[in-house]
Amino acid sequence: MSQVIETGKAFEFTAENVEKAKKFIARYPDGRQQSAVMPLLDLAQRQNENWLSKEAIEYVGNFLDVPYMRVLEVATFYTMYNLKPVGKYFLQLCRTTPCWLRGSDDLEAVCKNKLGITNGETSEDGMFSLLEVECLGACVNAPVVQINDDFYEDLNGENFEAVLDKLASGDVPPKGPQIDRINSAPEGGPTTLLEKTEGA
Amino acid sequence: MPTLTVDGVEVTVDPGTTVLQACEEAGAEIPRFCYHERLSIAGNCRMCLVEMEKAPKLIASCAMPAGDGMVIHTNTQKVKEGREGAMEFLLINHPLDCPICDQGGECDLQDQSMAYGSGTSRYDELKRAVSEKNMGPLIKTTMTRCIHCTRCVRFATEVAGVEELGAINRGENMEIATYLEQALDSELSGNIIDLCPVGALTSKPYAFTARPWELSKTQSIDVLDAVGANIRVDSRGQEVMRFLPRLNEDVNEEWLSDRSRFSYDGLKAQRLDTPYVRKDGKLQPASWGEAFDAVVAKLDGLDGAKIGAIAGDLACAESMKALKDLMDLIGSPNIDCRQDGAALSTESRSGYIFNSTIAGIEEADALLIVGSNPRHEAALINARIRKRWKMGNFPIALIGEQVDLTYAYDYLGAGPATLKEVAEGKHSFAETLKKAKRPMIIVGQGALSRSDGAAVLALAKKIADDFGLVSGDWNGFNVLHTAAARVGGLDLGLVPGEGGRNVKDMLDGSLDVLFLLSADEIDTSKLGNSFVIYQGSHGDAGASAADVILPGAAYTEKDATWVNTEGRVQLGRRAIFPPGEAREDWTILRALSEKLGKTLPYNTIFELRQKMTEAAPHFAEIDEVTPSEWGTFGTEGPVEDVAFTNPISDYYLTNPISRSSRIMAECSATFSKVKGEGTGTNG
Amino acid sequence: MLKDQDRIFTNLYGIHDWKLAGAKSRGVWDNTKALIEMGQDGIIDAMKESGLRGRGGAGFPTGLKWSFMPKESDGRPSYLVVNADESEPGTCKDREIMRFDPHRLLEGCLVAGFAMRAVAAYIYIRGEFVQEAINLEIAIQEAYDDGLIGKNASGSGYDFDIYLHRGAGAYICGEETALIESLEGNKGQPRLKPPFPANVGVWGCPSTVNNVESIAVAPEILRRGEGWFSGLGRPNNTGTKLFCISGHVNKPCNVEEEMGIPLKELIEKHAGGVRGGWDNLLAVIPGGSSVPLLPKDICDDILMDFDSLRDAQSGLGTAAVIVMDKSTDVIRAIERLSHFYKHESCGQCTPCREGTGWMWRVMQRLVSGDAEVEEIDMLINVSKRIEGHTICALGDAAAWPIQGLVRHFRPVIEERIKSRKASKAA
Repeated sequence: MSQVIETGKAFEFTAENVEKAKKFIARYPDGRQQSAVMPLLDLAQRQNENWLSKEAIEYVGNFLDVPYMRVLEVATFYTMYNLKPVGKYFLQLCRTTPCWLRGSDDLEAVCKNKLGITNGETSEDGMFSLLEVECLGACVNAPVVQINDDFYEDLNGENFEAVLDKLASGDVPPKGPQIDRINSAPEGGPTTLLEKTEGA
Repeated sequence: MPTLTVDGVEVTVDPGTTVLQACEEAGAEIPRFCYHERLSIAGNCRMCLVEMEKAPKLIASCAMPAGDGMVIHTNTQKVKEGREGAMEFLLINHPLDCPICDQGGECDLQDQSMAYGSGTSRYDELKRAVSEKNMGPLIKTTMTRCIHCTRCVRFATEVAGVEELGAINRGENMEIATYLEQALDSELSGNIIDLCPVGALTSKPYAFTARPWELSKTQSIDVLDAVGANIRVDSRGQEVMRFLPRLNEDVNEEWLSDRSRFSYDGLKAQRLDTPYVRKDGKLQPASWGEAFDAVVAKLDGLDGAKIGAIAGDLACAESMKALKDLMDLIGSPNIDCRQDGAALSTESRSGYIFNSTIAGIEEADALLIVGSNPRHEAALINARIRKRWKMGNFPIALIGEQVDLTYAYDYLGAGPATLKEVAEGKHSFAETLKKAKRPMIIVGQGALSRSDGAAVLALAKKIADDFGLVSGDWNGFNVLHTAAARVGGLDLGLVPGEGGRNVKDMLDGSLDVLFLLSADEIDTSKLGNSFVIYQGSHGDAGASAADVILPGAAYTEKDATWVNTEGRVQLGRRAIFPPGEAREDWTILRALSEKLGKTLPYNTIFELRQKMTEAAPHFAEIDEVTPSEWGTFGTEGPVEDVAFTNPISDYYLTNPISRSSRIMAECSATFSKVKGEGTGTNG
Repeated sequence: MLKDQDRIFTNLYGIHDWKLAGAKSRGVWDNTKALIEMGQDGIIDAMKESGLRGRGGAGFPTGLKWSFMPKESDGRPSYLVVNADESEPGTCKDREIMRFDPHRLLEGCLVAGFAMRAVAAYIYIRGEFVQEAINLEIAIQEAYDDGLIGKNASGSGYDFDIYLHRGAGAYICGEETALIESLEGNKGQPRLKPPFPANVGVWGCPSTVNNVESIAVAPEILRRGEGWFSGLGRPNNTGTKLFCISGHVNKPCNVEEEMGIPLKELIEKHAGGVRGGWDNLLAVIPGGSSVPLLPKDICDDILMDFDSLRDAQSGLGTAAVIVMDKSTDVIRAIERLSHFYKHESCGQCTPCREGTGWMWRVMQRLVSGDAEVEEIDMLINVSKRIEGHTICALGDAAAWPIQGLVRHFRPVIEERIKSRKASKAA
């Protein structure tokens, strides 16, 4: 099993990302630049179409003077580092109990029927990749799918399809709850914080 | 000093002791897989659980510092159940393939499952299978057997100083691997085989060749460098099956370097198992009688001044003593044990040994390395330096080739000019040495085996004298040898006598007869018309240039003495017999002396050793290092503006045995960036 | 029901401006200097008096935790580390604080950091919370620009920095020592204790790791007085608390309520009641996935606080209430959690690495019924062999949901096995 994919193409940060990387490193005490492994891997992944190649991993190791093996350990431990190419829209479908209770199975079915992909797969057109993930931490807005950086909440088969349709057509639908609701307040309006308080 | 109670036994331990160690001191045995005295504490296997009163849960004894007043129980039902649980979890995904596992018979998991394992399994799910990982020519992996103790990762990272091994992925998918499955590039890699408590990492060369219970075990020492690592020779019949390290805190702790561990197949290849005599330009097998006759015919009546002798890197002290005595009887002053031409003299023993001792490195507080790559020249000493460096406050500087030593150092410069600057106090590192309480210098053969070697030695001595490297009970002056024979040879006076020739002068073709005692690291193209007698075990450079070959014993085939770079006298012991007609080396010289009518005055090895002790009393102090008086050595003089060159170009191919080893050839091909010059005898 | 005036998180739903101006209008950063002038001992004493217990799940008294930090430095700096790795299934409260009220957290960092003599705070936020991290970064910059943090923070004479560190997908990093490892750029594998973080934490320095909510409520407790906070709830279970109500309720939501509110009231008042009515309730996981579930009869009158739930063999945990109605396949609900723990085990220590996978596989078979009745007891035995034997609490957390399931729903499991056998025979 190969641990990482070698592209044969050199990787290096853009000038802008070099500056960002330096700022990340500056957050940690002198000599503790290894702490910046995670932010730099993230930066590299963002620059590299949302995945990390062998070259990117080694670049980060060299940038921080951290042995490649230590960088690889980090890259394989955390689930958000993609070690193979993913689609333009990376769907992370939460399948943990709170989302499952509210119908995450239906969303899985949408992916399968509409996009033709199951867990770990990328659609033929390279637009969508699906990864089933564990709790995303938006449980009162379940079920939730994270698409690239954004949470799409309060999904059901229908509104999820609508979101996917918009993405496929080049639109970016508004993130957050996909039903008529203010963030994590109860549907239909808050039950608290109704009194006129200072600043409210 | 905390005092605690273990199973009702009160025990007082040093501060910093763990509960596990305290339990052992109190006589309670604690099972463990991940814990290892010489590695950081991982606490992950959970086998060493014990009950501590007032603690709600069982504690991992390996990770808990012993505290005053602790009450520990190691044999309660709760403890037993905790360990049985850990054992069950370790076994559910273990293949239980002991019958086809090389670790069988010496497996911690096997042993401890006898105490804590269940006779049957409750695990009805599919077992996890893990793909094998390439780690190079030495380490065979069967990762399905891995119990994730991380000993190997910790060893590589902490002791060997190569961060190439790690645990990737997480949870039940965690796997031990090298980065991108590259070969583990360390001279100490074989130790992870010993450390692996299961059969996940086993010896690739040894695979399926023997079972531990069929092996004869002989306690001996390694001679493939000048460290003198203590080893166990495991043999079956007349075959050495493997080498394992033996614990010696003063020398190798419990480690062994890869060349010393894996050259054993070289003991079976390229062997000189019968005498040879050159006839019609070709070496022909001969009887001992014919071989001796040829030698006698050549030597008879010859002026001693026309005869020379060189002792090589693997020669034992007994054979060197016999050679020296024989040369004396013949009346030749031409004898030398310094194949590499190192400018070391016998005038003061402290001038040619590693005075600080290997264990003493841990007491030092500053180090200057001159003309040496200890990682290749003495991997275990390098590991000791790294160990000291990891403790902190240990400034290290290097003059010579800038190489990766597995620890950080200040690179001062390439050659004698820099050394001179330091000696004259013009370099900042001189201050560091001066300020240190126990500073040390290590001078390698790369600094000494040159025409200005004596002057370089004098500079090193000046540093030692001027910057307080020698004071009280501390002697920080160290010569690092690469040859197991060298210190013994110098101790026994194998240097040119009055008007005698050294190696360089003997190799000018003007001698009539040259006797090579396992001397293979010389330029044989310069032998000219000298009649060459080669005594040794392997058909290497010396033998191919010989006119008469006297087959000797390899180090595993004789009881013999070597003196390591510290000046420590150690005994090697015979594990198997020499092959064919080969004989223990001193007996060959003894027999030859009789043929020459100059009989050496000893009939047994004990009588010979008596003579060695008379020549150098410390030969009676087996396993000890006798401190040597600080004396006079080195010759002040001009130094050349030429960088120091390290003596070893290929770590895996430094001697005739290793050059005969297929395993070492494979390692060389895999790892050595600078290939050694081919000798034509590889493999 | 808690009065709105007693609620701390007045922008919980993000209706108002979350940035500095809005935060100030809600009373955040109101004379923070005065809080710092209480002095380290004054702050810690007040926090102890308030009775605040850690909001991350374990419920350790916050003031006491702060008091473990060294009062004299031996040369090493001290650090406050904020645990914003909110990943416990069911829990989504810290997210709201960070995206809608980040300044409350930042002010808390300064006050808590000062109290424990820390030079800086590192906020470790889970990687998936991208928007929340962006808001926090903006808020941090605003606070620096306004002199609230940094040199002479809030005019207090105290220098204090705040940095953000994003995780990358690992529940285990919510364990404080795993979080520290991760902050150092390593895999998030929990450390052995001792040494505890207050002695040897991040980069070998004294450190305290606190949950977002614990830190964010601190300034308001100090401003309103510890008596105000301790006057809410029950003794040893004081104050207000953010509850996350998910699952089979009509209106899942987050809400800040008084500690000790009855579960039924919480669900009915704020979450629109159980889907199909209270009598349609099957079970509730009252404090995030790690605590054992409670069947309806216990839910009828249980109070939502640490002691009450502990007495019911469960726990308040993160106060994440996961509601399951009678349509739920409760075995599968717990199997999903078993998969979660298997997926999130760091792999370091034996019982968790091997045991979580074993339990999940058995749980899978219990879902389908392809098992023997005896395997229920075996599963419990396996869970007991994990519980209490691991380096960190993830092993326990993996064991408890299963133990809770068997404790309360054993007949359902047995029935599943029997009917499966019957259908196979037929």
